[in-house]
Parts: sequence; structure tokens; C-alpha cells
Amino acid sequence: MTLGAPLFWLAVFFLAPLAIVWAYSFGENDGLVRISLTGTFQNYVRALEPLYLQIFAKSAFIAALTTLLCLVLGFPFAVAVTFAPRRLKVWLLLLVMLPFWTNLLIRTYALIAVLREEGVVNAGLEFLWSAGSALSQGLGFGPLDEFKPLSLLYNNTAVVIGLVYIHLPFMVLPLYAALDRLDRSLLEASLDLGAGHARTWLFIIVPLAAPGILSGSLLTFIPALGAYLTPDLLGGPDSQMIANIIERQFKRANNWPFGAALSFILMYATFIAIALQALASGRRPKETP
Amino acid sequence: MNAPLRRPSRERPGPLEYLRAWPMKAWICLVALFLYVPLITLVVFSFNDSRRTVVWEGFSLRHYVKALNNDALLEALGNSLTIAAASTALSVILGALAGFALWRFRFPGKPLVDGALGLPIVVPEICLGVGMLVFFATVMPWPRGLVWPLNLGAIIIAHVSFSFPFVAVVVRARMASFNREMEEAARDLGAGEWRTIRDIVLPHMSPALAAGALLAFTLSLDDFVITFFTSGPDTVTFPVKVYSMVRFSVTPEVNAVSTLLMALTVLLTALALRAFGDPIARTTPVTRLPKAAAQDQTS
Repeated sequence: MTLGAPLFWLAVFFLAPLAIVWAYSFGENDGLVRISLTGTFQNYVRALEPLYLQIFAKSAFIAALTTLLCLVLGFPFAVAVTFAPRRLKVWLLLLVMLPFWTNLLIRTYALIAVLREEGVVNAGLEFLWSAGSALSQGLGFGPLDEFKPLSLLYNNTAVVIGLVYIHLPFMVLPLYAALDRLDRSLLEASLDLGAGHARTWLFIIVPLAAPGILSGSLLTFIPALGAYLTPDLLGGPDSQMIANIIERQFKRANNWPFGAALSFILMYATFIAIALQALASGRRPKETP
Repeated sequence: MNAPLRRPSRERPGPLEYLRAWPMKAWICLVALFLYVPLITLVVFSFNDSRRTVVWEGFSLRHYVKALNNDALLEALGNSLTIAAASTALSVILGALAGFALWRFRFPGKPLVDGALGLPIVVPEICLGVGMLVFFATVMPWPRGLVWPLNLGAIIIAHVSFSFPFVAVVVRARMASFNREMEEAARDLGAGEWRTIRDIVLPHMSPALAAGALLAFTLSLDDFVITFFTSGPDTVTFPVKVYSMVRFSVTPEVNAVSTLLMALTVLLTALALRAFGDPIARTTPVTRLPKAAAQDQTS
């Protein structure tokens, strides 16, 4: 009835496609286009080869690093938003939200233009370098060596920068949601009783924001783990992540069963991350009296 | 910063006025620079009078003229907007039904249905993308060479699949604040079931429908990965087209179109802000995983 239409849609246009992929992950290529479902596990065994294990490990590492950087960058920002006056708060939140409403492809493209060897970042660095060179000449040390532009694009650094750039709002918003409910008198008490700002942050604000940190980390980690576009456009030949390998199996290598197995491994990894987060946030309230 | 909070500068800031501490200001500036330098660069160089996007050579609108004469690009943009409109309409209907049913009824297997509806929100895009590729290649091949806009059907279906659960989440959250007594009063006063739904339930639901529609529209317009796996040579969307242009070379034309699209986004956001008042509390679930964020807000 009311639920019928959405459930029908979900079953036919969501669960069925995934079920087919799941079934294919136990199949093997039979000729050029046919796939026979033989119930083999060889696709999963192949995914355990060092080459692919390495890519999985690398993807997880890049996603974790992205999450950490988002947390480091976003946490003070979220605290600032929390303690800002109301009008300013809206503007600060809009500041992080606005890029988020911009098309992902446009944002990635914008990053390419900034990170290139002749991009804004290198131009700025070159300016500083030449100023430093002039200074050192003026002081009688002779000019510095010629400026060498940093290669910031088409490597792993670029992928991490891009992922942080894209996922920062995913971290800031849950952090803000958690910090906004925080009882300010606790902070005042802490400062009153002689703890400095550093100790107050470390022992009061961070533990109280833990649920926000957990959900923000999950919201950042999961899409970063399955990112396709960022490693594809910003990364170099060695920056492949899981999603790129999956795409290649389906579109170029034409090995659907293996691609299907990789997709489901990524899916299981996602579910494990969600389960871990649920476990962590479920256990937390018991620890704090 | 606005005037009322500015105190005489000699006075020391209060302990919790973190915004007045210089390290915090510096940090906010750093984040703002990080977020906006790329976008501003993109906009500035869209006006650059040069074929390359490296050196500033004076103001010009020629990339805009060129972009607006690029038929393939405009067609892709038209496709994207059509797909977004169609998938938004379908998503709002399906999402409203699902959100309403999950709020209203108790039935066996409800947790299961709940979990299944949450799946499209958490499943990685790439997995859904290959699922759609396989589905439309084997089970339900979308006929080729259909007249526009019917040829976009496969993409629209894919977009609805990942959009409508978001609408359902928003609708359901909104209905949690519905006062059942209003409905009972309406029934008491003689309104039939449909009349009650139309005059009492729907008006309460409408902000969620608007927010859900905005969300579905943005998700559809923004999607690259899933469309990439569903689109064919004659059904190119804007992100897919920009992708192929960026792969090919970095051209100022892309800057120009991007600037136009960003201006449109800012305009729409401003209008939405004006229409819905303070958006921040409501826009928090606007992520790929709104359930986790919503949980976080309620816990």
C-alpha cells in the first residue's frame, strides 16, 4: 500500500542490482560476454593477492589519514562555531557548507588548477622564495638557488589534499552538532579550577565531543574509502584506490566477476566500519558515569 | 564580525570567547583559505583573456561566449537538469510514502524495512554504480535510440534509487514532531481519512518535502560516479561531460561553465535560506550518511 511503492522500487532498482553483482562475484567469465555462475571463490582468492591487498591497505590508510586531517582541521573550527554569537554562527556554518553545495567535479577541477606546477600554490611559494632570495642577497649571503616548483598534483599528496577538501564539511557538521549541546559550565569550572586552555580542551572538550568525533569520522572515512573521482583525477599512476580498480575491472579489463568480488569486499569493509562505530558509540555512555 | 560583540580592545576576552583569541582567528582564516582559494581561482580565471589558465592577461568574457556556444556542453547541462527534475519528483513521492508509512504504521519486519531503506545511504557509490551497470546491461536493457527525454530513463531510475531514502529520512524526522491530537480532532470533526491527510498531515510534512526535494535535486545534479556507469554516448550529463573535458585538457571554458553553475547554486541556496529561515539545524543531515548525523543529534 503506502509502503508498497517504495519497497518495490527498493527491491527492483536497488537490491536486485546488488544481488546480481553479489551473484557474479561467485562466477567466472565464460567466453567474451557470458558469465557462468559456478559458485567459485577464486575471485575472492585473487583479491587476496599481495597486489590487491596492498591497494586495500593503501585505500584504508589514505581514508584514515583523510579522516585524521579533517578532524585536526575541523575540530578547532567547530569549537569556534560553537562559541560564536548566533549571527556569526550561521555565517561560519555557511562558510563550510557552500563549497559542499558546489558540484564535486567542479571542486576537484578547481583543485587541479590550484595544485598544478604553475598553479596558485606554487606561484605563491615562488613569490615568497624570490622575496627570500632578495632578502638574503641584501644581507650579503648571495641569492638562493633557483625555485623548484613542488609537484603537488598527480601523486598521493594530491589525493589526500583533495579528499580532505571534499570531506571537511562531513566532519565539521557532526562535530558542531555534538559541541553545541555541550554544557558550558563544565568548561568554566575547568578554567576556574586552574586548568589551562590546553588541558580544558584535551580533558573536557574532546571527551565531551566524542560522539561527534565518532560519527564525523565515520561520515568522512566511508566515502573517502570508496572514493573514485579524487584518486582518478588528482592521483598519479600509483594512487589507485579500490574504487579505481573496481571501475577498471568493469569498464576496461572486462572481468566482471572479479570486479564484483572487489565491490563486495569494499561493501563489507564499509559495513564493518559502521558496526565498529555503532559499537563504540553504544559502549561509551556506560563508561562515563 | 558584527558590532555588538566588539568590546573595547583593551579589555581581556572572556575565557570562552574563543573567537577573540588570535590562534582561533588564524585557524578560521586557514580553513576559509583552504576552502575558497581553489573556488575563487576558478572564478577569476574564467574571466582571463588567455587560452591557457596560467597567467592573467586581462578581463574577457570570451570563455563564457565560447561555453554558451558549446552545444555538447549545453545539451549535457540540459540532460542533467531534466534528470534532476524527474528524479526529484519521483524521489519526493516515494520518499514521502516511505517516511509516512514508517512513521505511521507498525508492521512485522519493520526493522528490516528500516535497515533496507538505509542501505542506499551507506552503500559506497561505486558499488551502486557497478550494480546499475550490470542491471541495465543484463536484466533490463534500456532501449537505445529512444527520443529525448525517454533515453535518460536508466539514469533517472538510478538517481531515484539513491535519492529517495534521503527524502524518507527527512520526512520521517519531521513527522516525529507531529501532534496526533490534531489528526484525531480532524477525524472527530468529521473529516475523512484523505481529507485529514490533505489538510492536516501534508501541511505539517511540507517543510520536509521541500528540504527533501532540495536534497534530492542536489544529489542528482552532483552525482558523477553512478551516472558514469549508467550513461551511454547519447546520454551525457554535465558532470560526465566536464569529466571528459578535464581528462582531455584543462580549458578556461570549464571555468566559465563552472562559474555559472556555482552562481546558480549560490542563488538557489540564498533563496532556500530565505524560504526556510534558519537552515542550519535542518541542513545538518545533508550528507551521504544522514542517519548517523541524525542519530548523533538526537542521542
